[in-house]
Amino acid sequence: MSQLVFIAFQDNDDSRYLAEAVMEDNPDAELQHQPAMIRIQAEKRLVINRETMEEKLGRDWDVQEMLINVISIGGNVDEDDDHFILEWK
Amino acid sequence: MVSKNKKLNLKDKYQYLTRDMAWEPTYQKKKDIFPDEDFEGIKITDWSQWEDPFRLTMDAYWKYQAEKEKKLYAIFDAFAQNNGHQNISDARYVNALKLFLTGVSPLEHAAFQGYSKVGRQFSGAGARVACQMQAIDELRHSQTQQHAMSHYNKHFNGLHDAAHMHDRVWFLSVPKSFFDDARTAGPFEFLTAISFSFEYVLTNLLFVPFMSGAAYNGDMATVTFGFSAQSDEARHMTLGLEVIKFILEQHEDNVPIVQRWIDKWFWRGFRLLSLVSMMMDYMLPNKVMSWSEAWEVYYEQNGGALFKDLERYGIRPPKYQDVANDAKHHLSHQLWSTFYQYSQATNFHTWIPGKEEMDWMSEKYPDTFDKYYRPRYEYWAKEHAEGRRFYNNTLPQLCQVCQVPTLFTEMGEPTRLSHRQMKYEGERYHFCSEACCDIFKHEPEKYIQAWLPVHQIYQGNCEGGDVETVVQKYYHIEVGVDNFEYIGSPDHKHWLSIKGKSFDSKAEKSEQDAA
Repeated sequence: MSQLVFIAFQDNDDSRYLAEAVMEDNPDAELQHQPAMIRIQAEKRLVINRETMEEKLGRDWDVQEMLINVISIGGNVDEDDDHFILEWK
Repeated sequence: MVSKNKKLNLKDKYQYLTRDMAWEPTYQKKKDIFPDEDFEGIKITDWSQWEDPFRLTMDAYWKYQAEKEKKLYAIFDAFAQNNGHQNISDARYVNALKLFLTGVSPLEHAAFQGYSKVGRQFSGAGARVACQMQAIDELRHSQTQQHAMSHYNKHFNGLHDAAHMHDRVWFLSVPKSFFDDARTAGPFEFLTAISFSFEYVLTNLLFVPFMSGAAYNGDMATVTFGFSAQSDEARHMTLGLEVIKFILEQHEDNVPIVQRWIDKWFWRGFRLLSLVSMMMDYMLPNKVMSWSEAWEVYYEQNGGALFKDLERYGIRPPKYQDVANDAKHHLSHQLWSTFYQYSQATNFHTWIPGKEEMDWMSEKYPDTFDKYYRPRYEYWAKEHAEGRRFYNNTLPQLCQVCQVPTLFTEMGEPTRLSHRQMKYEGERYHFCSEACCDIFKHEPEKYIQAWLPVHQIYQGNCEGGDVETVVQKYYHIEVGVDNFEYIGSPDHKHWLSIKGKSFDSKAEKSEQDAA
């Protein structure tokens, strides 16, 4: 059985960069647009890297800033200063 | 020490601002300070194993929550200033908000009370901090929901006395008793019930597809509070998953206790969400996804992945999961049919879906809608057209546990009503399902105390013996204004006047047929 992790963001300006960064770092992830939200799912593991996000935004970015735009997640969370990982081990 | 990086990293900051703020008691026994921690039989050997993967500390919490609030209230202001209620898809939609405000928002407040309480009951500092933050979140949700709805309350009926109704109205005893059951349990059962079974496994179904649907129906205020609340929810869900893993890792004796709680609370939550199934399929005029599709994504897929992950702890999927999966083809239709018959006793209106909506349901429910539900609606529509709008005047039999009327059918037998009964200490009790009967058998002394609204009416405890008196006086539902059929209701007429039309009963019926 497939074991998907997912994250959903409010569809806004920050999230468009987030989605871009996620898709760049997780090329096998699937991006879905639904009314007012962006949902990304992937098999087993999805990672958001601070570095990629800072490159997209052109400014410093704190991983916890994501809390403002996140709607929901599925998977075990592992967060530190450099990344946010969703995972089924 | 000279450090190049003046900022603490997340892990250190979390350690200093959470665990290091706690202390070991010296002149009082720990057991006296946290007396509720072990009465459920849960064994905790080492609280330091508690992990908060978000590592959120109070300073960061205030900063991000303040930012969320600023964004949210800017939108509420804009919505009110621009008469946003005039731009929703159709006023039928507002009825979903009436159910939300009376059924869901008071649960946010109950959750605030629940987390405040358990936030005091754990001896582990990490768990206490997480529960305290969640308590504040839940209070915020309750308040922002009331603020968002206050604009609708100025223009539509049925939104005027939500807290009062929540404590009295028959179908609102379903959400109320759900949370009362959780809050009167021990602290670990409360977390398994609310943080894990409800927040992690089931709330996505309410806050994700339904809120996306609110956006699709032009309700900017609701989608914004919904998603703003849900942004806290990501943290709550993580807490839910960590709680379960933590308890299971602490001691093998905890496994069967937790499994029983998961079985119970999955089922209790599933029954509660049957209200959401009908909100999604029937109360969103512009449809985003059906209940059955949402169930597949958010329970079968995501829940499946979760329970596969928990296998290594010896946890299996909830006992009655197959019944819930089978019910996805029927749930919303059975609920709406019931509310359609009892609209004389609700603070919202009901209606027969238009032709296009019924066609959408045939497409989404190819094996069930045309066969079991469409003919019933067509019959009721015909009755209504001939001046005989159907209302059921016999009060329903409620389930002793979930308090939903015994309206569901057996798995695989959609024409047979699901009903169980048993005698306990000389009294006979009725249930909607095997699962609710199971829950009762394990804690009969708890559930025999249930305050069942229908029984209470018949016992004369609700300010009158007839439905109209109960509804008007005891529920504060204004008869002829808040209740009954949508077509021709004051809300409907008001909406038509907003759209520059006037009410013509004949034209309305043919418009509804064509819609």
